[in-house]
Amino acid sequence: MITFDDVVKVYPGGSTAVDHLSLELPTGKTTVFVGPSGCGKTTSLRMINRMINPTSGRILIDGQDVAGQDDALLRRKIGYVIQHAGLFPHRTVLDNVATVPMLLGKSRKEARTAALGLLERVGLSAEFASRYPAQLSGGQQQRVGVARALAADPPVMLMDEPFSAVDPVVREGLHREFLRLQKDLGKTIAMVTHDIDEAIKLGDVVVILRQGGKLAQIGTPQELLDHPADEFVAEFVGRDRGLRSLSFDTAAGLPVRPLTADLLLDEAGRPVSWGDGEPTGGTFTVEDSLRLVTDLAITSPVGIAVRVDANGKADGLVPHHDLVDHLAERRAAK
Amino acid sequence: MNLSYLFDAAHWSLTADGSIPQLILSHVWYVVLALIIGTIIALPVGLYIGHTGRGSFLAINAGNAGRSLPTLGLLMLMVTLLGLGLTPVLIALTVLVIPPILTSAYAGMRTLDHRVVDAARGMGMRPWQVLFKVELPMALPVMMSGFRSAALQVVATATVAAAVGLNGLGRLLIDGLAVNDYSRVLAGAIVVAVLAVVLDLILALAQRWIVSPGLR
Ligand SMILES: Nc1ncnc2c1ncn2[C@@H]1O[C@H](COP(=O)(O)OP(=O)(O)OP(=O)(O)O)[C@@H](O)[C@H]1O
Ligand SMILES: [Mg+2]
Repeated sequence: MITFDDVVKVYPGGSTAVDHLSLELPTGKTTVFVGPSGCGKTTSLRMINRMINPTSGRILIDGQDVAGQDDALLRRKIGYVIQHAGLFPHRTVLDNVATVPMLLGKSRKEARTAALGLLERVGLSAEFASRYPAQLSGGQQQRVGVARALAADPPVMLMDEPFSAVDPVVREGLHREFLRLQKDLGKTIAMVTHDIDEAIKLGDVVVILRQGGKLAQIGTPQELLDHPADEFVAEFVGRDRGLRSLSFDTAAGLPVRPLTADLLLDEAGRPVSWGDGEPTGGTFTVEDSLRLVTDLAITSPVGIAVRVDANGKADGLVPHHDLVDHLAERRAAK
Repeated sequence: MNLSYLFDAAHWSLTADGSIPQLILSHVWYVVLALIIGTIIALPVGLYIGHTGRGSFLAINAGNAGRSLPTLGLLMLMVTLLGLGLTPVLIALTVLVIPPILTSAYAGMRTLDHRVVDAARGMGMRPWQVLFKVELPMALPVMMSGFRSAALQVVATATVAAAVGLNGLGRLLIDGLAVNDYSRVLAGAIVVAVLAVVLDLILALAQRWIVSPGLR
């Protein structure tokens, strides 16, 4: 757990970047700092590994004040990923990844062998190992940056806009891999982004800061979407927050109607099309989100979403008015 | 103009005093000494200024002042103060090589991608590790270009050594002029030029060897 205890940062010149910030970043979870430009996200992050020292207040990792610790030793235990990766241009991809293990005293050979495994973990084949950073695409560089930060298996990772230098399609892929990796590794991650969608997608906990480095709200993505603390947060999480909040509820509680003869099935019971030839346009299972069901109901030519079981067999129908009723009840229950 | 002096085998004897090979050897000796002393002085200063940003005006002005300082005049001054010998020559040549080495070391450090340096610190490198493992290797291409231009200048200028009674290829120029032997002067000029090209070639190869392929 990382604890911010009444942390203040005033830069020389008098601008307050972080203003009495107290919060906790849970162990094994991803906490995302988000907010408008200049609100103190980077400053907050960099105080954790002492790249910046707070003016007052304390930051503790598992109860230990970072202020008392040797900078270099502290940082070797904390993975650090920055925008544009910051790879060493004069070192091969493999040696970039091997950096921290070697700082920690591993032999070159050992460190390189481990590095090769890590490259694979972040989705880069061995052929990239001997390349130099200039020979990689932006997305590949970012993967190497993540592999490099993971190399010494640090319990804590700091990531400052790790995915912002790549185009949306590549970012999408990196997000998926990030979530897959984090599911396996369970690191305590502090991430910074200025993209609220990214924060909601990747964060277990989201910290919204406002101008002047003040905490606006901290909570799970769904809490922020459903119960924004004030106008600023509501505005910041966006107009379609109602729709996005549906991503966090599954269709498990959604009542369905029995199948009708209008839905044509194949011999295994899988939906083929509607009787008049209209396509069913996709199906959902109880594990899918309400957002997907809503999307299906809206796009279906007949206004009905089709539920299937794990084998793809149709087992229920949700007409859009049922869905709307359900959403209204859900809203009332919150 | 004729090349008779240059192509006379007698002038290429390895043992005869004042033969071309011997003059090349002494010339190269002055050059190497000046470069070594100049590097020892200018490199740390340039790196320090570039690293800290303190005293940048010194690095920039040293470059300009150095370029406008007449080496021959400085040499004569040094001889007046210190008498004849190797020392005044080395002082004059060292003053010549300091500006390009200092300025390029400064520029090499100043133009580093600060994000990479930041990442190095953030990963837990100590300041000296950041310097030797990251900053220096990255600044090397710029630093080498300054060193090469210093080397070229000092090869040409080391001919002044002969003006105060030392050897080096300047002997061919000064002695040739003194007896109106233009063939000898021409030989001196050509050998200096070839030496400069060869030296630069060697340094270019060295650069390929020590600069990471990732920076090309
Ligand atoms: N070294 C510094 N000296 C003085 N002021 C600084 C320094 N670094 C940042 N600031 C100021 O502190 C405030 C917070 O900066 P910070 O970099 O933490 O913002 P940020 O939230 O990361 O912004 P962005 O989204 O643009 O990266 C800004 O107003 C900035 O101008
Ligand atoms: Mg920032």
